[in-house]
Amino acid sequence: MRIKKNIATSENGFIFNPATGDSFSGNGMASVILLAMKNGLAEAEIKQDILRKYDVNADQLNRDWEDWIVQLKEANLLEPELNNGK
Amino acid sequence: MANNYTGLCIAVTGINANDNPGPGVAVIRALREGLGDDIKIIGLCYEALEPGNYMKGLINKTYQIPYPTEGTNALIERISYIHDKEKITLIIPNFDAELHNFIKLAPQLKAIGISTYLPSLEQLGIRDKANLWEFGKSNSFNVPKDHKIFSVSDLQDATEALNFPIVIKGKFYEAYIAYTMEAALKAFHQLEATWGYPVIAQQYIKGTEINVAALADGKGNNLSVVPMRKLYISDKGKAWAGVTIEDAELMQLADNFAKATNWQGAYELEIMRDADENLFILEINPRFPAWIYLAAAAGQNQPAAMVKMILGEPVNTFASYETGKLFIRHSWDQVVDLTDFQQLSAFGEL
Repeated sequence: MRIKKNIATSENGFIFNPATGDSFSGNGMASVILLAMKNGLAEAEIKQDILRKYDVNADQLNRDWEDWIVQLKEANLLEPELNNGK
Repeated sequence: MANNYTGLCIAVTGINANDNPGPGVAVIRALREGLGDDIKIIGLCYEALEPGNYMKGLINKTYQIPYPTEGTNALIERISYIHDKEKITLIIPNFDAELHNFIKLAPQLKAIGISTYLPSLEQLGIRDKANLWEFGKSNSFNVPKDHKIFSVSDLQDATEALNFPIVIKGKFYEAYIAYTMEAALKAFHQLEATWGYPVIAQQYIKGTEINVAALADGKGNNLSVVPMRKLYISDKGKAWAGVTIEDAELMQLADNFAKATNWQGAYELEIMRDADENLFILEINPRFPAWIYLAAAAGQNQPAAMVKMILGEPVNTFASYETGKLFIRHSWDQVVDLTDFQQLSAFGEL
């Protein structure tokens, strides 16, 4: 999955989609993951980094990741291949 | 600081900066920013209580002009009087209801040295609310279905065809979303009393409201297109806050409109994007919108560009604007001396 190129993010977790005018407030974790995705890191790399830094097991992380991706899709922040062309 | 535009006299209407604002004050703000503070702005008002009348930092002098219903003779007589005193270079009208008169008078105004940059009467007519659906159909634009309403019986037919909720619109301004026949009837009577016939009943489209401000050259090209997503909408349906967005489909839509109409001058597309990403044109306003200063702040000063075009200066198509630029409208209580109000009320100028 890839975040749309034009999505603007800030260190404090604010996200702006210039195509729709939608804005979102994420927490610190969201801003870290978004930045990693914007920098082109693969899902596996991001997950590895999280497992290394935080006290979370892989199953929990995978469930949370699925939920995260659903939220990104609903917010129209992903490139079309995972967003059904919308 | 003096520049090429020092002393240039521009008359602007629509200075009723209230909760359903005319575009005049925003246009003036953009003009001053784009052309410098040494231009002379003449405010043309209809009522002594229009807030722009008392904005001395923006408007050098205000004159009352006759309502559009008084016709072109009354208007040219009044403009000629003002011109004798102020030597107006150009007029920017900003109300839909007055455009018919100004377009008809454009040759006479030109003859006395006042320029305008307006669409033709034909162009004005094709985007009229009463003709919008036919215009969309013949030019492949998505436009909600509508019915022209002249009577209660027409309204009943419209609600049966379009179902509830339904949008009831005045000929020039105002719109209400009606969820019941009682609400539709109330809106119909209110709008026909205020704006006359026909009242328009339009299919309700649920979605995201987007407006596009544009300036076109009369040859099928847009020189500037800036889309804005409404973020906060007042109870009158007006954008009270909005943000510039980028969307190739919106730009294409505006380009298609300019090409289909050879539109000359400013215009605004009011658009609804539905859940399936279809873009519906709800209205086409033949003038700058009240939020036009946002376009200037985002990098495309359309009012200043229009003036430069009128003056015969080369104006290139704007290449870009800043997305994510917000406007947030606010109310401000001006304190005015009674003598100013008396002066304008009694003598029609201030």
